[in-house]
Amino acid sequence: MKMRDSFEARAVAGLPEGARLARHDAAVFALRGQRDAAVAAVRDWEALRERAAAIKAHALDHLDLLLERFEEKARGAGAFLHWAQDGEAMNAIVAELLAARGAKRVVKSKSMLTEEAGLNRYLHARGAEVVDTDLGERIVQLGEERPSHIIVPAIHRSRGEVGALFQRTLGTPPGMDDPEQLARAARSDLRARFLAADAGITGANFAIAETGSIVVVTNEGNADLGMSLPELHIACFGIEKVIPALADLGVFLRLLARSATGQPLSAYTSMVTGPRAGGELHLVLVDNGRSELLADPVQRGALACIRCGACLNTCPVFRRAGGHAYGPGAPGPIGAVLAPALGGRNARNGRGPRGGRNARSGSGRAQNFAASLPLASSLCGSCSAVCPVRIDLHGQLLAWRSARRSGGAVERVMLRAAAALMLRPRLLAFAGRVLRRLWRPLGWRIPGNPAAPWLQSRELPPHPGESFRESWQRETR
Amino acid sequence: VDVALFVPCYVDQFAPGVARATLNVLRRAGCTVHYDPEQTCCGQPFLNAGAAREAGRLARRHLQRFAAAGAVVCPSASCVATVRLRYPDVGVGAAWPGTEQRARTFELSEFLVRELGCTDLSARFPHRVALLQSCHGLRDLGLARASESGPDAAPSLNSAETLLRAVAGLELCAPARADECCGFGGAFSVKFPQLSGRMGRARLQDFEQSGAEFITSTDASCLLHLDGIRRRTGHGPRPMHLAEILDSRS
Repeated sequence: MKMRDSFEARAVAGLPEGARLARHDAAVFALRGQRDAAVAAVRDWEALRERAAAIKAHALDHLDLLLERFEEKARGAGAFLHWAQDGEAMNAIVAELLAARGAKRVVKSKSMLTEEAGLNRYLHARGAEVVDTDLGERIVQLGEERPSHIIVPAIHRSRGEVGALFQRTLGTPPGMDDPEQLARAARSDLRARFLAADAGITGANFAIAETGSIVVVTNEGNADLGMSLPELHIACFGIEKVIPALADLGVFLRLLARSATGQPLSAYTSMVTGPRAGGELHLVLVDNGRSELLADPVQRGALACIRCGACLNTCPVFRRAGGHAYGPGAPGPIGAVLAPALGGRNARNGRGPRGGRNARSGSGRAQNFAASLPLASSLCGSCSAVCPVRIDLHGQLLAWRSARRSGGAVERVMLRAAAALMLRPRLLAFAGRVLRRLWRPLGWRIPGNPAAPWLQSRELPPHPGESFRESWQRETR
Repeated sequence: VDVALFVPCYVDQFAPGVARATLNVLRRAGCTVHYDPEQTCCGQPFLNAGAAREAGRLARRHLQRFAAAGAVVCPSASCVATVRLRYPDVGVGAAWPGTEQRARTFELSEFLVRELGCTDLSARFPHRVALLQSCHGLRDLGLARASESGPDAAPSLNSAETLLRAVAGLELCAPARADECCGFGGAFSVKFPQLSGRMGRARLQDFEQSGAEFITSTDASCLLHLDGIRRRTGHGPRPMHLAEILDSRS
């Protein structure tokens, strides 16, 4: 992997030192603060997390049965079901559904899966116009960039930047940067598009096997418009979204909005069972690597994710790196956990880390990049501690490091040499003495100095004099 | 009480004063301290780098060196967390007697407060001090209450704070972000030096704004990193390990 493609290079380029960095850190950490305040008011929070984790573990253990039951119930309610092996197949199914009905104008609400599969681009190339209707998603769509956060996709943009973008794309007056006015401008533009839409595409936060329903949670009501106004509603979601029973939903709803933004409940929680009167409902259930992940006893835990974004908000690395540093997949700790399993797929969809068009040549590089993401963590464990479904995120990052040999060949050799030294205490003591002799030059910021990475942000400690071992042996001799 | 001193490799080489202070504090608490100069590394850096085989060899060696010891005490929460919690990940110490041996490996403040019931070492340190929670001490060993925890989380030991509160003249400062990571993270600090630097500078700034003159921690590695940044930028409170404060008579 070239340096300019590295996680850190992207982080520093996307979020340079200064006001932008401070603003990003503060804005994202504010969400964590809101979450903490909401959690403090729930007396059985940890028990609730435990319960949610147990439901998800059970659901993943019986995923095949639950999916069959869901299919049966959903069909019974009048929905059409489609199964997609990967993102490409999902895109093809959606394109075909739209083409068969001559649907050209599509409104879409936020869905991490369609982002993962590059659906917008796919449909655009086939003559359909897809408008993202979540405000944050709309901002990044108008700006022709990717979302940088799971629940606040445009958090990397200041309101001034959004004002300038809206002036250019929506014709708002110059200098308008009041969030409420900007939201109103986006809303009036979107309202016309909702009314004219031929089809609405949504994701699903949950799929309930017992009833064949899907549940869509938003704060803006955009998904509700998207699935109520046009006659055609297509919902695309991963097979891991299925939960056994309606009674389980309450557990997740109590956790989801609190973990995401600190709200007791999102503004809109809609349950869809079968099509609306006179409409058509298509449910596209997508695998895209999930069965493979399910077969991995350690990494399958990530399939429990309910996409609340809490691990991003708490992650000190994410807040200093920005979401775009994580490449084409989901950002933050959950993104870094999913990347080694799903990263190559995104590349095959022509969405390599540099957004290149030549998917084939970019694929190896994309996989290397994805395999390097588990290293971009200090393993502080805060992600695992906030996770509402108790995914052992930092444990899984650690497990990927050995499973995928994230570090590369040169590093393996160096680690082997270091381990050989650690197995020989007398040789280690000698090496330490040599090191202390070279202490001054070791602190020089010159090329070729092995301490250079340390010195990039820090000075060496003061000369330690002698090791503890040496002083102990001198005293007890 | 017989205690075997577990001196992390980097403490031995780069912060020998921390090992010395730990020795003094344990003796003051009435322990007979043994030290095995043949000990090297618990394997944590290798484990975190994904070098499972190398980590496994060092883990086995570590358990062998300390097999005869009663309590094993270490001034580094992350090394203790490695031994106690991560060894089974590399296939070491998952069965008896390894399980039992891993459970008798203690971080210094944890050992003093929970195992010895000793909370006052009659130390004197008339300064304003802020406590940097080591992430592994906080979340892996449960030494304090993590800020993410819900109201029904298990009660925590709060060992470092308990010990600091008993130090004469010491005033404890409260930074805005009580337990955010300092950005060391072992290999993370050299693989992502700029991000690590950003995280460290943010912590130093927060601690400075809390009015602290000193930052203390149960992990010497976090402090070496923060001290390096302080030396580079020229400002921020001075890092000093908990053992060194407990060993202070000034």
